[in-house]
Amino acid sequence: MNEVQLFSTCLAEEFFPEVERASATILQRLGLKVRLLKSAFCCGQVAFNEGFRSEALDLARRFMAACDPAMPIIVPSGSCTSMIRIFYADLPFEDAELTAKAAAIRPQVYELSQFLVRVMKVKRLGARFEGAVAYHPSCHLMRELNAREEPMALLSGVEGIRLVEVRDREECCGFGGLFSVKFPHISGAMLSDKIDRIRQSGAQVVVSNDCGCLMQIGGGLSRAGADIKVRHLAEILAAR
Amino acid sequence: MAVSPKATDFFAASEAGAADHELQRKLESASARHLEHFAEVRDEFTPYENERATARAIKENALGRLDELIVELTEKLTDHDCKVFFAASADEAREYIVKLATQCGARHVVKGKSMTTEEIALNPALERAGIEVLETDLGEYIVQLRGEPPSHIITPAIHLSKEDIGELFHEKFRVSYTPEPEKLTAEARTRLRESFLRADFGITGVNFAIAETGTLVVVENEGNGRMSSTIPEVFVALMGIEKVIPKLSDLPHFLEILARTATGQKLTTYTNFLRGPRADGDLDGPREMHVVIIDNGRSAMLSDPVLRESLMCIRCGACLNVCPVYRHIGGHAYRSPYPGPIGSIVSPSLIGSSTAYLPFASTLCGACKDVCPVHIDIPRILLHLRWKETSSPAPPPWPHDAHRARAGARMFARLARYPRIIRFLGHIAAVLVKPFAENGWIGSMPPPFANWTKVRDFPAPRPGHPRPANSAGKSIRNGRS
Ligand code: SF4
Repeated sequence: MNEVQLFSTCLAEEFFPEVERASATILQRLGLKVRLLKSAFCCGQVAFNEGFRSEALDLARRFMAACDPAMPIIVPSGSCTSMIRIFYADLPFEDAELTAKAAAIRPQVYELSQFLVRVMKVKRLGARFEGAVAYHPSCHLMRELNAREEPMALLSGVEGIRLVEVRDREECCGFGGLFSVKFPHISGAMLSDKIDRIRQSGAQVVVSNDCGCLMQIGGGLSRAGADIKVRHLAEILAAR
Repeated sequence: MAVSPKATDFFAASEAGAADHELQRKLESASARHLEHFAEVRDEFTPYENERATARAIKENALGRLDELIVELTEKLTDHDCKVFFAASADEAREYIVKLATQCGARHVVKGKSMTTEEIALNPALERAGIEVLETDLGEYIVQLRGEPPSHIITPAIHLSKEDIGELFHEKFRVSYTPEPEKLTAEARTRLRESFLRADFGITGVNFAIAETGTLVVVENEGNGRMSSTIPEVFVALMGIEKVIPKLSDLPHFLEILARTATGQKLTTYTNFLRGPRADGDLDGPREMHVVIIDNGRSAMLSDPVLRESLMCIRCGACLNVCPVYRHIGGHAYRSPYPGPIGSIVSPSLIGSSTAYLPFASTLCGACKDVCPVHIDIPRILLHLRWKETSSPAPPPWPHDAHRARAGARMFARLARYPRIIRFLGHIAAVLVKPFAENGWIGSMPPPFANWTKVRDFPAPRPGHPRPANSAGKSIRNGRS
């Protein structure tokens, strides 16, 4: 394999634009040619999760038209990867050709850390980052994609990093897409517990692999006036 | 579905729950205890993972031929002199039981724990008929004294501390206040004993119904299920159609996983096998035994290829214990006898349209799916129900701000088909809100993002303006955002 496709996702494009370059840098350093998937913007998860299936179908069609099923597609997000890799199977594509294309694309879609560890078999990327870092595992990454070890394995290989443990780190941060604005009181209560535990951990930086979690946790930290930053996993792994 | 005027209650109730830190503290420590006990017994006997897989396979098989199994069960029960009544709806089941109790001249009903009786709202109907109803499971007894519904399917009084219960007993029974669980239990026990001896009508739920032998299995820890089913002259067992399992040899697998996941025990203290009324020469048992088998939406669930899986549930309550939403709002907020993740997938079918929001009130974090002993894919079912609700002819009426957020998401999804347009709009939005950003975050946003900034700051959009490469480490050290 010498070429991969990179889909940076809508939230990353709008709110964390460095994710795309950082992800591309990591992949290029491994000798891969990176083709950016720019003719699609969103995988359709937001529509799918709200029950708007025809809108989700449209976006899925658009996404599939943009990619080449013969080449791995790297997505720096646990939840968008789950959407494509797992939930595209639940979309009622109306014709056999699209269904077949979805079946061909789904196994080619990899979340970044899983691709690095499972496919490229690397753990040390030559990255260097100084600071106390807490890793927040995003729910879909853990429980839909079953990537429980990969991000930590990669972070452990970063020089200068000091990894700190957040109590009950596997508990959801409360983002949940539109859940965060439909039920702000529940989402906020979950977030405030998460923020308390992060503050107790002594972390200077919270790292996650989903921009949704970064928006939620970052927003909570900023509201609480905590001097703790949020960073995407790719940024840390690309830092030198 | 007609929408009841109470539908939006969930929003108010969950808001109250989310603000109740004491409730959250109680739920957190109770679930932590649960999980700890579970971890201790997880692999005590047969490997847990094997039992899970076997139990699921048995349920899968049973759901595939439920009609046959129900016929077999009914025949066997009838052979043992049970009277079997098949209720299509909650109303039918409730009316049947109330009529039966009235005809028997029942005055004092004792009940073992049964969520299905909550589903059909049996207690208030019996009380309206002038019959006293007493819950005999300790947790149920406590919430009944408080005039509340249970807030958890296994531990009904999980929202109360021992101090709360001490105060309750002090107030209701005029005994001196004590928070000591042993003393409180002894007090309840003495009172319950008297009631059992007086009872003329008993009701319990059913955990498993074995078709092969016509045996109803009721598991419990206090002996109250045994007394409710054997002391009164007339006994009624109420069960959903999905409780049936094919063979007696299937049962051990379920007893194994239920005890471990529900209460972290190796085995529940009492496993009752109920087969029929007392026969000639028997020393105890009821004179009459009735079995009410209820559908109430279950066969419709069975015919839905995605929802069907939810009928495999053994009501162990483990998904409630791990659910961060449940733990932050408490069981009462759900406005359904079935709260938590399992409640969110079965309530719309079993309780009705007032619970139509529940499938949406989840982050889809999947903790429930991980813990479920029969591997029910709850997030997938939630997604399925969201789609069904959204495309139904009478979708639930959302509160204004939530409606706006949903409409915004739909609009975004439609525009996102045109990447160039949506990127252009993204750039415009970034320019518009830039003046309001401080260190990269915005404290207050207009609708549809106003709800976001109610509880946390909003990230300033900056499409096309990445932080400089290799600045990640440096910017942390310099304290910039
Ligand atoms: S859904 Fe699974 S975890 Fe939840 S109560 Fe049912 S069996 Fe237990």
